[in-house]
Formats: sequence, structure tokens, C-alpha cells
Amino acid sequence: MQMYDLPDARGHFGQYGGVFVAETLQAALLELKIEYEKTKTDPEFIAEFQRELKHYVGRPSPIYHAKRLSDDLGGAQIYLKREDLNHTGAHKVNNTIGQALLARRMGKPRVIAETGAGQHGVASATVAARYGLECVVYMGSEDVKRQAQNVYRMKLLGATVVPVESGSKTLKDALNEAMRDWVTNVENTYYIIGTVAGPHPYPMMVRDFNSVVGKECLWQMPEMIGRQPDAVLACVGGGSNAMGIFYDYIGREKVRLIGCEAGGEGVETGKHAASLTAGSAGILHGNRTYLIQNADGQITDTHSVSAGLDYPGVGPEHAWLKDSGRAEYVAVNDDEALAAFHRLCRIEGIIPALESSHAIAHAIKMAPTMAKDKVLLVNLSGRGDKDMATVAERSGLQFYCRASCQPAAKS
Amino acid sequence: MIQTEVKPIVAARIGEKFARLKAQHKKALVTFVTAGDPTREITVPLMHAMVKSGVDVIELGIPFSDPMAEGPVIQRSSERALALGVSMADVFAYVAEFRKADSVTPIVLMGYANPIERMGLNVFGDRAKAAGVDGVIIVDYPPEESHELLKTMDAVGIDVVYLLSPTSTAERIEMVANVGRGYIYYVSLKGVTGAANIDTDEVASAVAKIKAKTNLPIGVGFGIRDGETARRVSDVADAVIIGSRIIQEMEKSSPDAAIKNVQTLLHSIRAAMDA
Repeated sequence: MQMYDLPDARGHFGQYGGVFVAETLQAALLELKIEYEKTKTDPEFIAEFQRELKHYVGRPSPIYHAKRLSDDLGGAQIYLKREDLNHTGAHKVNNTIGQALLARRMGKPRVIAETGAGQHGVASATVAARYGLECVVYMGSEDVKRQAQNVYRMKLLGATVVPVESGSKTLKDALNEAMRDWVTNVENTYYIIGTVAGPHPYPMMVRDFNSVVGKECLWQMPEMIGRQPDAVLACVGGGSNAMGIFYDYIGREKVRLIGCEAGGEGVETGKHAASLTAGSAGILHGNRTYLIQNADGQITDTHSVSAGLDYPGVGPEHAWLKDSGRAEYVAVNDDEALAAFHRLCRIEGIIPALESSHAIAHAIKMAPTMAKDKVLLVNLSGRGDKDMATVAERSGLQFYCRASCQPAAKS
Repeated sequence: MIQTEVKPIVAARIGEKFARLKAQHKKALVTFVTAGDPTREITVPLMHAMVKSGVDVIELGIPFSDPMAEGPVIQRSSERALALGVSMADVFAYVAEFRKADSVTPIVLMGYANPIERMGLNVFGDRAKAAGVDGVIIVDYPPEESHELLKTMDAVGIDVVYLLSPTSTAERIEMVANVGRGYIYYVSLKGVTGAANIDTDEVASAVAKIKAKTNLPIGVGFGIRDGETARRVSDVADAVIIGSRIIQEMEKSSPDAAIKNVQTLLHSIRAAMDA
């Protein structure tokens, strides 16, 4: 097993990562870096974090053998890491608990967050309520429309949701706006970034807090099958659930790591969010990584049926894992993800998030090409309750839309 | 010790401009506009008009899709320029066109790292120099991440201007003092461009701290909206930097009156600074 100790002291994963932010944020990031270094080895903090994960989130999350699906496919056995069973319905809460505890230690009474699908926003609003912190969530106005239910959840939890009207009005613009808020209110505000991107120490810190997922798999898989899986699959937008499950497997080189990006309407159509598969290196949101950009270096619009993968960048550690060859990245189209979504609903009684459905779709593709004693472990990173409206609409159904929520004059 | 034969080519215009102003006991007026905003045609005439109104250095914004450090006014200006398709090549073309009639006013390109990395630092440096650019401010290239940029720009004689802010530590002030070229851009507020009011007492003490570490001129920007503030800032700094206020002036003007209204604004600011 190889030693893996990235990032370096300044947050670099090879040529990726780093701290590419304006001077106004440097002091805040330095403060955060120092505080996190102190905190992450503090036994009291670790004990509290683990207590919260156990009693508030419900960890460890189980691994489930999707036997009917595997039998149906007639090849490799598919196992699901059930992050969908966490409190708030996804892996995101692992990170927000860690960061909210850190905010409290740093004496910051106000937390801010950006969100795309709303899962990170909900997870942030949840922990803010739990720890008595003020919470402001930035969300692209397009996403506010697409994810009305999560917006309402955040409001129920006491958060203020700010729709962002700039740029493409999606996740990347929400991130820009959250950064601007942080620059302005840095003294009393902690910024909870929801994925393994952004300036150092965020990619490392978010990975560390989510790495509980892979750490559990390391002992759960041998309990279930007497060994580690042949491959671990996860969807990748910013890449936090994937880093969470990949991290402890990086040194175990016999285990294939496969990240599944949003292929949207097909990588060849240009309407996708597959930055590792079809993007190129650049600098955005404080780190060097793979980006979807045009020839002038402008960040271009992305597309995915799942708002949570609809992001033009990706965590810098994934960029490094790709270049080093340790992990493989593939693009899965909207239609493939939707088909996997429906199949899992019908054959296993599990409604997966559309994001996670991308990883399931790739497992469905791989399994029949493999022997029956091979094992694929898929991170089922979230549940699909939030996606009801999207899926219904794609199926041509009217879903729970009262007259009052219809656009006024529809001709 | 080996004496290096090749010294960095001096970007003459910025240094000369500040030296001349110092001899005249005047402070520099620096303005920021986004290239190609609100129209492609306005940029070069606007630059000349600003010089006529007493502007000493022009910061020309390179439009970027994700201007993280900007407030709503400059964000909008960037979006307008991008909607018109303004590219890096256009930015160079505006500078080259301006240079045909003005060979003394320093031009500093201001923008974000990604469009520059995409073009390639060497290509960017060569083309910027050929167009007549004197300096660059790349907001998300802090000193720690910009060794390559500094090396490349030094080689062609373009000053890399760095930013400092109220939250900059003593170590960071020292670092910027060591690597900075041309002038230092002191961001007078915590926040984004175009934010509210500026505390000139705080600015004075910050500028004194920076002055203790460097001989570079210090420009102060963010939050300067009128002649009175400009005058108070120019009492303690070497340059007054104004951006959002000018763009706002153009936003509320009819296309025909935009340049004239910007000139009226700048005249009043210049007069207050020189009073």
C-alpha cells in the first residue's frame, strides 16, 4: 500500500488546487487553515464529531447488496453504500456538521453556504438550526425554481435563501456570491463550502469530513463479503461524495476508483457538466482544476438533469487522481441516469437521487461485462425525494402542481 | 556573485508617470473601466476623454464570466462586454488603437487568472507588450501563486501590480512589497468593488504601514465615490482609484452623453484632488 499525503502545505495536489483568491480573502483562509489544523487532531473535537455522526446523522450508514438488480444484470454484484439514509438525505451533512462545529469553535455566529440542488443548503440550514447559528444560503435563481421544495425546507429550518441573479444563475454564480458575502462579513461569518473545491483548505477539509464514508466501507465490506470490492463508483459534480468514498481506497491500488460525471445530453452535444472527461485545466473559485470553458477562458454554461452535478469545475484532488491515472472518470448521460433511477425504484424499492443515479447507471453498464464473483461498490450518495418534480416532468406527468404554482398566463 | 546581464526590462510609463506627478506635488487619478462596455466603440474614445479630464493611469478590465471579487456594478459591466463577445484580442486591439494617439498614459490590464492562463502566460505577455500595455493586476493571482506570471511579465517589461487589504498581515505586506511592481493597489474596504463608504483615517494608518516597507506608490481604491472622498484619500495616498462610480455614471447616461457625463464627474474629482 502506497503512502498518500496530498495536498502539500499550500493546498496543492500536483499542479492542481492552491489558493487563487483575492487579497481580501487571504487572511480569512489563513485563519481557517490554522484553526482546522489545530482542530482536526483535537480529541475533544473528534469525539464530538463522531457523537454527532452517530446520534444525529445515524451513522454508520449500511451497505446493501442490491441482489435483485445484480441478478437481473447477470454479472458483477452491486453493493450500495446507503448515504441516502443519513439525516437530511445525503452525504452532505457529514461535512456541514464538521464545518459548523469548526465555526462554533472559531466564534462565528453566522454561517453562509452556496447550493445547487439544495442538498448542501438543507444540510447547512439543518446544522445551523442544531447549533444555533444564523444561516444564509445563496442559490442561483434558476435552481430556486428547479428545487422549490428544498428552498422551502431551508426556510422551515430558519435559513434565509438568497436567489442569485448574476451570470448563468446556477451553482457557480451562487458560489461567487457567497464568496462576496464572505469578503464583506468575514469577521462574524464562516463560509461552509459544500464540495471538495474552492481554495485551500476547503478541498482537503471537505474530503476529510466526508471520508467517514470510505472509512466505514473499509470495515463493512470485509464483514459482508470477506474482502474489499473490485471497484468503487461515485458520481462527481464538485466531487465530495466521491472523494469521501475514494479517499481511504487511494492507497489500495487493486480497487478501481471510477467517477461518474454528468454527460447531460451527451458530451458531443456540448450540453454537459463533465469537466474531467471533456474540460481542460484552468483557475476558478480559488483553485486550479479541470473546467468547462471556451477558447477565451470564459466559463461556459453546463447542463445536467441533476442540479447537484451542474457545475463547470471539479475538486482539484479529482483532477490529480485523473492525471495520475489512479482514478478513472466517465460521463453518464441524462437518459442513462434516468433509466437507472427508474430501475432502482422498481427492482430494489430505493428511490435514488438523480446525482447518485449517474453512478448506478455506470454500474449497470459495467456489471454484465464482469464475472458474478466481482463486486462493485456504488456510493448511493443521496435519496431522490427532492427530484420528484424533475422526474415527473421528464416523464410528461404533472406532479403536485396546484393552480397557484402554475405560471399565470400559459398560452 | 555573478552579475546578471539581462535586467528586467523596465516598464517605463508607470514609474515615469508617478515620478512626474511627485515632482509636480500632485496625486495620480486612476480609473477603471471594462473593455468594450457598454459598447465596443466607446472604449478608445472614452480612454482618451478620461485622460483629457485629468486621469493619469487607466485600468482596463478584461471581461470574465466569474468576477468573484466584484460588486454588482462591475459584474454587470463584465456581463455586458461578454454579451458583445469582447475577447482578449479585442482588449489588446483597444490598447493598440489608444497608443496611436497617446504614448505616455500608462495602461494596466485588470482581470482574472483563467483567461490569461488559457491564452498562455508567454503569449499574453508578448501580445500585451506589443499592444502597449504597461501593467497587469490579476485579482486571483496572489504572490504565492504567481511566480510564473511575475517571471514572464518581468521578461517583457510589464509591471505586476498586487493588492493589499485591511486584513493583510504584516507578512503579506512585506511579501507584496518585495514582489510588487509599478504601484500597490490598496483595497480600502472589506468587501467587493463598489461597496459603501470608506474610512479615511483607517486608510491613512494602513498606507503608513505599507509605506514603511516599500517605496512603491500606493493607490487606494474601493468605495471612492465623490470629490470630497477623493481629496481626503489623496492626502494620504499616491493615487486615487475609481471604478464602479464611473461605470454607474455610464449606466445612467444615454449612449450619446456617456462620455461627457464621465468627463464632468472626473473634472470635479480632479479639481477636488488638486485643490
